[in-house]
Order: sequence, then structure tokens, then C-alpha cells
Amino acid sequence: MTFEELTRIKEANKEVVLVRKLVKEKREEMASHTAYRKQVLICGGTGCTSSGSKKVIDALEKSLKENGLDKEILVVRTGCFGLCSLGPIMIVYPEGVFYSQATPEGVERIVKEHLRDGNVVKDLLYKDTVQPDGTIISLSETNFYKKQMRIALRNCGVIDPENIEEYIAVHGYLGLYKALTSMTPDEVIKEVLDSGLRGRGGGGFPTGRKWMFAKATPGDIKYVACNADEGDPGAFMDRSILEGDPQCIIEAMAIAGYAIGAHKGFVYVRAEYPIAVQRLSIAIEQARQYGLLGKNIFGTGFDFDVEIRLGAGAFVCGEETALMTSIEGNRGEPRPRPPFPAVKGLFEKPTVLNNVETYANIPRIIYKGSEWYSSIGTEGSRGTKVFALGGKITNVGLVEIPMGTTLREIIEEIGGGIPNGKKFKAAQTGGPSGGCIPAEHIDTPIDYDSLLAIGSMMGSGGMIILDEDTCMVDIAKFYLEFTVDESCGKCTPCRVGTRKLLQYLDKITKGNGEMEDLERIDELAKHMQKSSLCALGQTAPNPILSTMKFFRDEYIAHIQDKSCPAGVCKSLIRYEIVADKCKGCTLCARNCPAKAITGAVKQPHVIDASKCIKCGVCMNNCKFGAIITK
Amino acid sequence: MAENSLAFKGTPAQEEQLLAVIAKNKELPGALLPVLHEAQEIYGYLPLEVQQMVADGLGISLSEVYGVATFYSRFSLTPKGKHKISVCLGTACYVKGADKILAEVENKLGIKSGECTPDGLFSIDSCRCVGACGLAPVMMIDEEVYGKLTPKEIGAILDKYIAEEGGEQA
Repeated sequence: MTFEELTRIKEANKEVVLVRKLVKEKREEMASHTAYRKQVLICGGTGCTSSGSKKVIDALEKSLKENGLDKEILVVRTGCFGLCSLGPIMIVYPEGVFYSQATPEGVERIVKEHLRDGNVVKDLLYKDTVQPDGTIISLSETNFYKKQMRIALRNCGVIDPENIEEYIAVHGYLGLYKALTSMTPDEVIKEVLDSGLRGRGGGGFPTGRKWMFAKATPGDIKYVACNADEGDPGAFMDRSILEGDPQCIIEAMAIAGYAIGAHKGFVYVRAEYPIAVQRLSIAIEQARQYGLLGKNIFGTGFDFDVEIRLGAGAFVCGEETALMTSIEGNRGEPRPRPPFPAVKGLFEKPTVLNNVETYANIPRIIYKGSEWYSSIGTEGSRGTKVFALGGKITNVGLVEIPMGTTLREIIEEIGGGIPNGKKFKAAQTGGPSGGCIPAEHIDTPIDYDSLLAIGSMMGSGGMIILDEDTCMVDIAKFYLEFTVDESCGKCTPCRVGTRKLLQYLDKITKGNGEMEDLERIDELAKHMQKSSLCALGQTAPNPILSTMKFFRDEYIAHIQDKSCPAGVCKSLIRYEIVADKCKGCTLCARNCPAKAITGAVKQPHVIDASKCIKCGVCMNNCKFGAIITK
Repeated sequence: MAENSLAFKGTPAQEEQLLAVIAKNKELPGALLPVLHEAQEIYGYLPLEVQQMVADGLGISLSEVYGVATFYSRFSLTPKGKHKISVCLGTACYVKGADKILAEVENKLGIKSGECTPDGLFSIDSCRCVGACGLAPVMMIDEEVYGKLTPKEIGAILDKYIAEEGGEQA
């Protein structure tokens, strides 16, 4: 591959891709330069595939053929657009109209009415893109996208991730070309340092410093590794980047390889992400075919190749030393640091390990320069951060925001608020290692330091919104159950400490807690933070500590009043039937596995609290909302 | 769990496949994990007999293979059902009531998470996030994802698989 060839591929594909990227007014004109009258983009990511996008794509292709449109309409299967709860998602260009929750039946109409006859099917559009007066706005103007800034996700939902030429069309591999042909390794590292980029996996360590250390360590063999073992339950940004833009990770790893003097890269990816693994494999194969991986890249004498290694479902392998131990074929247990991976990492060689999202920023930083990147975000946290917004929020999905955006903007504007008229209670960030941000801190700017200051952490980007129906003690218990399961067992503070913490929480949620337990938890937590071998154990107490700090009254209610204010903890609640609402349909009594419900037909029923096992089956089955918890 | 394990019934064809996998990866640094992944693909699980073959093939001890196989949750030492049910208990699903979904699946099939029905048709496991958080709560049966579930829907979903089985037998 030469620069001329790269430019030729870029020019040949530019127009087709630009139809999806330009401002509305120019898209129409651009489309006329391409072979396709219209383009239909459908998300083929995990979220939309789960919602049935494969059936929709099949129906679309079949219908296009039947209507003789398959030559003039291009169908592109992309990665994630972000709005996962509205999937399967479909965008038609050059109009830029956005169909949500597409079905095979709906597609039939879209093909005939819109693609063939030119009339947008308004009733199938995403409702936020249709104004009260009937005009249609594009996706970038909706509340969900307006405040977002897409750098790491720049190509997700825009290009075909299985076609390297589309990646090249959006300046792909120009960053690598620039690094290899006009920068020294030190200049590359300086650029990354100056950009202010910090590790997006949660640690927040300056990426450029990591690279500097690895370069400074002498050695003939060095490695570049990518952490795609996205373990935080509730985070899926790394998966979406691999599914939507795998080439950018390969390019970034090659740049890192050049900077530190490595010729081999490993991507450690969760086996639970089959689509991501498949797309990445295709991407690596294509990059090899085009000479962008392999020997003598761009004729500069630089060799680099990438290999995939599958994880096998161990949360601790997201920790850098454990990940490397796992790639080496062992139980994924962490090693003491120092020596740090930059000195002695994979197979005992100097290694740079970065997270997927961190890498996704690199090609852009090299291509556009650190000055551009560092102008985004806040003083200590440059650039953007991707969050997987989930839980009790209207717009569930992936959002990328400039650092410094407030939690309020994320929840109220981008997220569209809390559904069912409920009240916002807290946002949980950082998963099992993180903490929660309560309503009183809703105006906190999201960056590394502000979140640490209030006892939470950025984490890898899971952001779970909790409403008034969530019990904070129960949530803390949920995370501790997770860390007990996932503690590797190598060091005692974590192996025993997590179990002990869970026992306290179990005791409290069963109504047997004592006020002294809160002090005991506090003391144990401090020991674990100080003496655990790796971040898993050091951060495992965070979910308890932050909920105890902000929701101490809930702990006290469980301990002193033996009540769960949110009505979640089974031992502390009872199910009751509201006589006024009960129609006597007998459905609850018939479904009760404990035979705890009695009552005559068409008469209000009663639950016998001594027999009730609090399974909630009656409540799920009641059609009249007559069963409540107290 | 152990009650459900069946006698090892590996075929010569499977063994041939496994030996080929071992030969292909033998020189690879850190070969054990990739080999175990493929071995599980071939046999559906990793009984001791298979672990022994891997140990012999890679020239490492059985205890080392066993240590790795039991460390990672994706590797299973017991056979799974014909249809593998996996209820997501990730955070996004949990706050939307995934525990009730799991309870209902267990209730309907009369087995606990980690077990297999006596007829070998279903096994239940919980998993941590399939990354379909937008559809929470989520359950997977084999490769199929069922999203935005309520406990009420579980019965009908399971019946579909049971009916299919009846169709095959008929």
C-alpha cells in the first residue's frame, strides 16, 4: 500500500460515505454523484440484532429486489447508532430520516411508499424527529444527539464495519501514514501526551505517559495490547466500537506499536461478544490484504500485526496484569506491580495496554493534532467520554459527551428523563468498582477529578440511572455479590473481605443489622482499599461506601425500623391485596406457588402473610393493580 | 449439578478434531485458553477426559488444565442442556427486574441456575451482561435474545421450545 493507493481508495469511496455525513442541504447534491439514488443504513450491532434487525435486513433486501430497486438503493449494515432501546434502527439518506423499531412489515411500506414513491412514512419515524407541525428534523437535531460530540464513536453507525474502503474514505489510516512518514516515535508520544488523553478503561492514567515508559524500557521485543474485556455489567461502549469501527482500533494499535517499538499486538476480547469478534477478525484480515498490517507498512520498513485472544468470562481479567496472565494461557490472576507492564508485561516483555475507547481516540489525535483534541473537555480531563446509559431512563443507549457535561444534561436532555413520572434518585458509574452520584450532585460536571471528589469514579463508562423504586442497600449488595463471584481468590483482603462485606449487607437487608455493623463495614473497607493486590479488591468496597455516604438514612431504616423504604428487600416487605381494587378474579390465588391466597370468586382476596414466600407472582399476574408491597 | 453429569460419550471424530486443534496451536504462546475454547466447541463441555487429552497434547499437567478450566466461568465441566438458557443479571437488567425473570424460569422448569433438566432439554445459567442493555431485562436461549421481558412471557417462550421438541419426536 502506498499513499497514492490509499488516496485513490479514499477518493473512490468518499462520495458514497459523504452522503451520510454532510449537512442536509449538501447531501442531495452529493448523492447525485454516486451510483445510488438512496442509501439505507441499518444497525447490525448486538442491540439491534437482538431486536430482530436481521429479519428486517432480509425483508428489506427481498422487497428491494421485488420492486426492482436493488441496483439504485444501497443497503449498508452498520454498527451501533446509540439508541439501542429503539432498535432495529434504520436511516435513509440523503434525506437523513430515522426509522425506529423497524419491522419486516414496516419495511415493506418504507420500500414502496418512501424508497419507490418518495414519500417518507411519517408514522414509522422516531417520534422525536417529527415536529408538532409535521416537519421532519434530522437525528443530529434531536435532544438525544444535540449535546453529544462523537470522536470515539465517530464512525459507528456511519460506515460499513466490514468494508475497509469505507474506513479509508473517512480519513482512515491517514493517522498511521502521518506517524510513519513524518513523525519520530518520540513525536508521536508527545502528541498523545499533549492531547491530555487519559485511559478510558476507568483508571484515567495519562496514555502518553504509559507509552513513554514502554518506549524508554530497552528490549528487542515489545507488545501492544488492547483491553476489550469489557467486564462492567451494564457497559457496552467497547463492544459497540469493535462492532461499528474495528479498523480504528487496528490503526491505533499500529500507531502505538510504532511509538514504542513493538511489532505485535494482541486484542483480548470477551467471548461473549461474538459479533464484535467476527467483525474484528474480518477487519484484521482486510487490513492484511491491503498491506496496512504485515511487513513494511507504507514502504517505511515498519512491521506490525495483530492477533485476537478470547477471554473466557472472568471480570478480573479486565485488570491489566491479570489480562496479560490470561493471554499467557494461565488462570487470570493479577501480579503485583511494580514491575509495571511498561517494564515487564506480556510474556515478560515491555507492553503497552490500553482500553478500546482509548485507542479509538488515537488515530484522530495523530491526524488532527493534539491541539484540537485538548481544546475539548475540562482542564484535567480532555476530550470526550462514551457512556452506556441504562437503567431507569427513557433513552437507553450509547452517548458520547465532551468531558465537563453535567449529569443533569445527560439525564434530562440526552436521556429524556426518568420514565413513568418517577423521581431520579442516583446515577451509578464505574460499575462494581464505582459509586453513585445522588440527586443533590446532579449538577456535577462529569470528569475524572469531579467524580473522584464526590466518592465515585468515571469507570469504563457504565452509567445506570436509578429511580425512587431502587433500594440503595440492595444495589450495594448486588455489586458485592458480583465481586464475591469474581474475586480471583489470590489475595486474602479481597477474597475474604468481599465475602465479609456481603455478609453484613445480607444481614442488614434481612432486618438483622446492628448500627455497629456500619462502623465494621467502614473499617473493613479501609483495610481492603489499602491491602488488596489489585484494583478489583481495592475498589470493591466503593459501592457500599458511596451508598452509605449518600443514603445513610436507608441503611438506618433497614437496621432500626426494619423497613425497606423502596419496598425491595424481601424480608422487610409484605404483599397485600387492596380490597377496593380486587375484583375477585382468582388469578392470583391460582398462580400462588405457596397457596397463600384465599378468597371466593368475585370477592376481595386475602394473602396469608405466614405462608407468603414473597415471590411476587401474584403481583405480576394481577390485571387490576390490586396487589401492593408495604 | 453433578447429578446431571452423564458418562463421557466422546466420538473418534471429535477426538480427531481435538487433536488437530492441539497440533495447530501447540507452538502458540499461551495456547491453553484458545485450545480449551475450541475443545468446548467440539464437545459442548470440558469433562475430565477432554482435559486429560489437552494436557497430554500440550505437554502440561492435568492440574494446570483443570485450574484454568475451573477459573473461567465460560468453561463448563458439566454438560449443558440442548437449549442453553442464559438470564442476564448485569446491572441494567437487574434494576429492571432480571431476578424475577430468573426466578420465573427456575420456577417453570423446576431446576436452579447452573442445572440441567432431567430430560436434557434445558439448562439455566445466569450471565453478566450480553451488552443488550437497551433491551433490559434480557434472556438468551441459545443464540436467540429475548428482550424487554416480563415474568408473564416466560411460560410461552419456553413452551415454544418444548413444542418444537414434541414435533421432532412425533
